[in-house]
Amino acid sequence: MSPALRTPLAFAAMAAALLGVGFFQSWTLALAILNLSLISAIMALGVNMQWGYAGLFNVGVMGFAALGGVAAVIVSMPPVPGAWAAGSWNLLFAALALLATIGAALLVRAKLPSGRRTLATLLVVVVGYFVIRFFGDQATEAIEGYESASTGYLGGLGLPILLAWIVGALFAAGGAWLIGKVALGLRSDYLAIATLGISEIILALLKNEAWLTRGVKNVTGLPRPAPYEIALQQDPAFVDFATGLGLPATTASSLAVSLVYTALFAVVLIVLLVLAERALNSPWGRMMRAIRDNRDAAAAMGKDVTRRHLQVFVIGSAVVGLAGAMLVTLDGQFTPGTYNPLRFTFLIWVMVILGGSGNNMGAVLGAFVIWFVWVQAEPAGLWLMSTITAGMEQGDALRQHLIDSAPHLRLFLMGAILLTVLRFSPRGILPEKTGTARPPV
Amino acid sequence: MENLLNAFVVLSNFVIIPAAAYGAQLALGALGVTLIYAVLRFSNFAHGDLMAFGTMATILGTWWLQAMGIGIHPLPTALLVLPLGVLAAVLLALGTDRVVYRFYRQRRSAPVVFVIVSVGVMFVYNALVRFFIGVEDRRFEDGERFIIRPNEFEALTGLDEGLALRSSQLLTVVVAILAMLALFWFLQRTRTGKAMRAFSDNEDLALLSGIDPKRVVLITWALAATLATLAGVLYGLDKSFRPFNYFQLLLPIFAAAIVGGIGKPFGAVIGGFVVAFSEVGLTYAYRRVLQYVVPEQWMPDGLAQLLSTDYKFAISFIILVLVLLIRPTGILRGRVI
Repeated sequence: MSPALRTPLAFAAMAAALLGVGFFQSWTLALAILNLSLISAIMALGVNMQWGYAGLFNVGVMGFAALGGVAAVIVSMPPVPGAWAAGSWNLLFAALALLATIGAALLVRAKLPSGRRTLATLLVVVVGYFVIRFFGDQATEAIEGYESASTGYLGGLGLPILLAWIVGALFAAGGAWLIGKVALGLRSDYLAIATLGISEIILALLKNEAWLTRGVKNVTGLPRPAPYEIALQQDPAFVDFATGLGLPATTASSLAVSLVYTALFAVVLIVLLVLAERALNSPWGRMMRAIRDNRDAAAAMGKDVTRRHLQVFVIGSAVVGLAGAMLVTLDGQFTPGTYNPLRFTFLIWVMVILGGSGNNMGAVLGAFVIWFVWVQAEPAGLWLMSTITAGMEQGDALRQHLIDSAPHLRLFLMGAILLTVLRFSPRGILPEKTGTARPPV
Repeated sequence: MENLLNAFVVLSNFVIIPAAAYGAQLALGALGVTLIYAVLRFSNFAHGDLMAFGTMATILGTWWLQAMGIGIHPLPTALLVLPLGVLAAVLLALGTDRVVYRFYRQRRSAPVVFVIVSVGVMFVYNALVRFFIGVEDRRFEDGERFIIRPNEFEALTGLDEGLALRSSQLLTVVVAILAMLALFWFLQRTRTGKAMRAFSDNEDLALLSGIDPKRVVLITWALAATLATLAGVLYGLDKSFRPFNYFQLLLPIFAAAIVGGIGKPFGAVIGGFVVAFSEVGLTYAYRRVLQYVVPEQWMPDGLAQLLSTDYKFAISFIILVLVLLIRPTGILRGRVI
């Protein structure tokens, strides 16, 4: 089958599957799957830029997504004036101490001869750390103590939440730049371990620094870019419209809200897809593929490999951060405790590999397929286990155990999909469009 | 003098002994990672879940024996079942290699492909463990829990502070030392061990000398799975068994392997202890130690804790970054990763 035919057919099959959910299960579920598929597709696009364009193995997707989520909180939540009053001075001093420490460390490294550099830098950092802690501890205690049941954090800026999507991308880009500076240029395995580590650290920070994010107390009730269901149900015009369609007002309102999100996400995804396609087919994209396929040759041709890797790492992470902010917007809450690497990092990887690394449409398709499977695997697993154990006694321990363990079939399925695709069809459902035959992976 | 002794006891109780046990566990885990890296040349992301699998097999065996009333009091029953757990993990690792990794070795795939494949394997192992034993916290330590209890120690020495030494802690260190000695003896003295080292140093030359690569790979997986099970069971005895924790151990284990110098077995041991002592030492609240050595008016107000306990992972990672910035090949000048 020609690639030109393959893409529309694959997407048509996916649309049919979603419509099937709508007709046979419920439209609310279909839209929920669709919305998360759109967000996952954006994340997969970001990872595809790093892996498909440049061959960078980033296992820190979860961390960048969480950074985007923080941006949503910081931009959109109303500020807490009392907390600002309680802790802002000390916080300012702590920030100044941090900047001074970084400045002093850089100065020491620049001025001293190389023999004594390490020790002096270490000394500066240790002294700086205690100064930062001195102010920082006072600040966090004051802020977290301020009405800790309802707030206990600084709050945000009270700006529109859609702005947070851009800020989330910037946060993630900043984080990626820092990591890239340290980890790029080393072997691929190391980048993987470094990104895995950094994403865990970002999560640890978000859970602990409650003055900024409320930590494990979660931030709920974020402002929404969509109308509230209650408001719609009280609007006579909308109720008339719903009864005209033959739907109860409650269902119609939740569908309408989901559709608003769908439209917003779809716009972002389409814009990103157009940009990504144009980048991939530009001279820049050709250069990236050249670096990926033969690093030494590209370097010999005068391409600055490490710099280009850093560039694409930052861009891809920014896209992931954008998706992270969108996800928190959709949920209406920021819950650091729910970020789990299996779900936020490795699942996205399965999407990219299954869809076709290096192909943007492929990444999007992979996201839709995998998210669909991920959502539907649990009921399917439960049905499977119930069928297997149908012949057993009601109170049988083995039967209970099998039914309880049905949700874990999901993980097994994901691993199996990843391994099967890598083994039998390493280029995915929609292979990368290349001029000449690429060597097999 | 009395005060200094008291301070030392507190320090041993909360830092030195737990960190030594944890370091031994990390060292065993890092040895497995380093062996795989040295011979098969990739970072195995499934190692944490392989540890979980071996531990799970051991726990299931332990329960079975406990139900039959067989035990080796005062030692934990798990030690008796350990060979069974090791066998299960070795069979799983060899089966995985046969079904999954061998294909990529024959095609001489890039290391990063192996890493992604190991992520898929990780998913599958993780699902298997959860399927068999669930996601809850399990404690399976039985036998005599304490070698010395705090109140016994106080009665014995007359100090104000009691020292607690749990049997699992001593057991961890003893078993880890025995395992390491056995491994180093194997690598240095036996023909197979020498073949593995030769293979790791220069594959083509080793093949020319008539070393059988299949056998080397097989032995490597068997050793790595054995070490993983040992590390996992000891960690589980010392703390508790929860599948997700084993996945999270991956990071400190990688950090230990790289800090020591990846591909160098002895480096993995050093790295394990470096990471463990930093993690425990930097996140312990030193207030109780300081009250014995610092005069009253100089006491800090807080807990005198450098970092909150939740930053343990961050510490192993920061050590990793520092080592890579200052000395990219690790303490023992391992391979360039």
